[in-house]
Amino acid sequence: MPPGTKIFDISWTLGHLAQIWERIVQHFQLIVVPLLVGIVISLILAVWAVRRRWAYAPITLITGVLYTIPSLAAFAVLRPITGLSFITAWIPLTAYTLLILFRNFTAGFTSVPSEILEAAEGMGYTRRQRLFRVELPLAIPLMIAGIRLASVTTIGLATIVAVLGDQFGGLGQLITEGIQTFFPTKYLLGAVISVVLAVGADFLFVRLERLITPWSRARAGAN
Amino acid sequence: MDGVIAFLTDPKNWTGTTGIPNRLQEHLVICGLAVLLAALIAIPIGLYIGHTNRGSNFAINLANIGRAIPSYAMMVIPVPLTLTLAETGLYDPTFGLVFLPPFLAMAFLAIPPLLVGTYAGLRAVDRDLIEAGRGMGLQERQILSRIELPIASSIIVGGLRTATLQVIATATIAAILGGGGLGRFIFDGLNQGVVGRPSIYAGAILVTGLAVGVDLLLARIQTALTPVALRKPRGTASRGWTRFSEVPRGGGEVTNLA
Amino acid sequence: MPMLEGRHQAAVVEFDHVTKQYEAPARRATGASTPGAVNDLSLKVPAGKICVLVGPSGCGKTTSLKMVNRLIEPTSGRILIDGVDAATRELTDLRRSIGYVIQQVGLFPHQTISDNVATVPRLLGWSKSRQRERSEELLGLVGLDPAKYRSRYPTQLSGGERQRVGVARALAADPPIMLMDEPFGAVDPIVRDRLQNEFLRLQESIAKTILFVTHDIDEAIKMGDLVAVFQTGGILAQFGPPLDILAAPASEFVARFVGQDRGLKRLSLLRVADIPLRAPTTVRVGDEIGHARQRVAGDPMHYVLVVDDASRPLGWAAEADLAGNGVVVADMANPVSPTVNKRTTLKDALSMMLDADVQTGVVVDRTGAVQGVVTIDAIAKKMREGEHSPAFDDLAMLAPEEEDGFDGEGLPIRPDAGAADQAAVEQGV
Repeated sequence: MPPGTKIFDISWTLGHLAQIWERIVQHFQLIVVPLLVGIVISLILAVWAVRRRWAYAPITLITGVLYTIPSLAAFAVLRPITGLSFITAWIPLTAYTLLILFRNFTAGFTSVPSEILEAAEGMGYTRRQRLFRVELPLAIPLMIAGIRLASVTTIGLATIVAVLGDQFGGLGQLITEGIQTFFPTKYLLGAVISVVLAVGADFLFVRLERLITPWSRARAGAN
Repeated sequence: MDGVIAFLTDPKNWTGTTGIPNRLQEHLVICGLAVLLAALIAIPIGLYIGHTNRGSNFAINLANIGRAIPSYAMMVIPVPLTLTLAETGLYDPTFGLVFLPPFLAMAFLAIPPLLVGTYAGLRAVDRDLIEAGRGMGLQERQILSRIELPIASSIIVGGLRTATLQVIATATIAAILGGGGLGRFIFDGLNQGVVGRPSIYAGAILVTGLAVGVDLLLARIQTALTPVALRKPRGTASRGWTRFSEVPRGGGEVTNLA
Repeated sequence: MPMLEGRHQAAVVEFDHVTKQYEAPARRATGASTPGAVNDLSLKVPAGKICVLVGPSGCGKTTSLKMVNRLIEPTSGRILIDGVDAATRELTDLRRSIGYVIQQVGLFPHQTISDNVATVPRLLGWSKSRQRERSEELLGLVGLDPAKYRSRYPTQLSGGERQRVGVARALAADPPIMLMDEPFGAVDPIVRDRLQNEFLRLQESIAKTILFVTHDIDEAIKMGDLVAVFQTGGILAQFGPPLDILAAPASEFVARFVGQDRGLKRLSLLRVADIPLRAPTTVRVGDEIGHARQRVAGDPMHYVLVVDDASRPLGWAAEADLAGNGVVVADMANPVSPTVNKRTTLKDALSMMLDADVQTGVVVDRTGAVQGVVTIDAIAKKMREGEHSPAFDDLAMLAPEEEDGFDGEGLPIRPDAGAADQAAVEQGV
């Protein structure tokens, strides 16, 4: 570092709050679409895959291999053109959320005990009713766990996307700029805020998991 | 495409500091050391927690938080610290910039999967076996080494697999700090504009090849360590993903890839 | 009594040459073991009766059951419910009109007990308040305090409690038919016994047509008005009242399946009221001793039964016990014989007598007064009656002599399902 560089320059921070906030907003813009789109597509795929057990093996194989690819490499290869907006970043980010969510969603569905499904069918639930009123609610805990993981991961991946080009912005932008200009305040801000975001999101999702499943909190205590 | 092939076959790219062999070596060195450090910390703790089942909540929560932290962020946070320490003359400032911070970050982030893997592996051991061991008069340490570890080893290697993949990915990004590793091909390429395209793709291919190769190797080891009775028969869908309710094995544990 | 307007009559269920074949390799149902095939099954279950389908694994009993609510579709043949082919009915309509209880119960973990019970009413569109009322009513009916249980979740209940909820849930929409697939299999024997007894008592008031699958021949005999014995390959080996199956097994298979102790099993279906009682020679406390000794001499076994003023038995006395002068006193009697009443099963009576190492049991009425004595001999004679071994095909089955013990349709009334076991419920069994 150039001599005399402060590790953390508070006055600079206070003076650039607007820019910092803009980065945070950009970061959200980077992650929201991939997460939402990822959830929807994964849900559809999962419901589809559960009906067709034969699809498990190939899909698992493919997602497994894709998962091994280091993210930067994947981003670097998938990045078609520079100069476009968020969409360029959204594609690889969505791909990663799909990898995570599909696996967790199908796990959620297969975690529903078969006797419950049999009882539901035997009592006269239609296919649709069974899906929405029985399978889905019971799959939710594992699904939320998956969404939690996907969110946290995407927040992290979004910081890397910025490495590829500065049109995406976000907190990764702060980090990269800070590094390239040897300006610790910037990259520390970017880093710490992204960590706070990720850990905070994780925490929130844990609460959400507990909130949504009152029946798992109720443990056998009476007898 | 041809640019990439040309790049990969160009003998210039196979020699010297910026050559593929050297970059590969740099990559392996930092990854290996980070995983080693993480293992030295995580595995003993995991063994303790797994064997005694004490403090598991704390450990699991810690692991979850560790899993959430973005690696890129983690990598830059130590920089001011390591650079300041460098001024004391402990080590070269360059070392304190391009090696230490990512190394520390990688080791730190590799701890959760190794910890969870070790813990889960031990927990998966049938309690009856342990009781039988105690009944035969084995000491706790012997129970651990003779009964629990052999059975848990495959799941522990699973945790190692996850940790290693994570570390390889992070090392790729660490090149942004100016250090070494296969990530340099990507970053150098980015800095050269259109001309650098082959370098970018070549770097991506190389680092992916490394990751996939290491993963396959570890997967083989994992299967080899699985007690024969528990192995899935050939031909069924196993490749790393078992039912989610079972203990995560290697590629089944989904973590932060960045 | 149920609150519904216009109770559903129990329905008649008939299998008409029903066959189920699976192509090789047999398709596996999700999670279940390979279903067995069914081979030309024909039987008719009258309304309001319990028909137990029993047999070894893979004999097609569960498959047959599941064809009634069409979880499995027959390859050929028809299943008629009150004369209507089940295949012609709209699927979900059909299933909502049939109560279905399975071994693992399958309660929905994400719903409260009350919501679980009201599942079919909810599907049928009942109002929320009606659902709730019905839920409360049924929980009470199966022995669970609604106030305590309605807001709980299935994970908080024990196995026995969950089974009760399962039965309540199946009864919710007052279906004319109930299908029960090993409903009491997943609980321990003590709980199972209580659940069986309570269910039999419940059936006395709700009188539904019930098809009940089990692999346990004892359960079949205890629960069934009619028993259908299946053998491997989905073939019906015998169909009839439990006494028939026990007394006259139709084949070597049935005889073996029922077990070597089928004679004893029959005894558990018969009661003291079913056999002739002997009138004992009695003396009363306060009778003159000499007179009493005379009566002893007059008794073929040289024993008299000493009774009190209310004719309650105090014990037996031989001549040697009636020594000296004066009157008969209670001390002279040996209280060795067990006391039974007319509703005691012959198996229990025999068991008590064997335990006490005596030949005779004293039969008393509700006030405790002596009505007669029952002997091991009489019981053995009853056992031999109507006994039919498959090796002697020409031996006609003897019609049971007694009139009481059978209901109006010629089917035996089962022994009392046991005194209300409130204690069991309170323990949350």
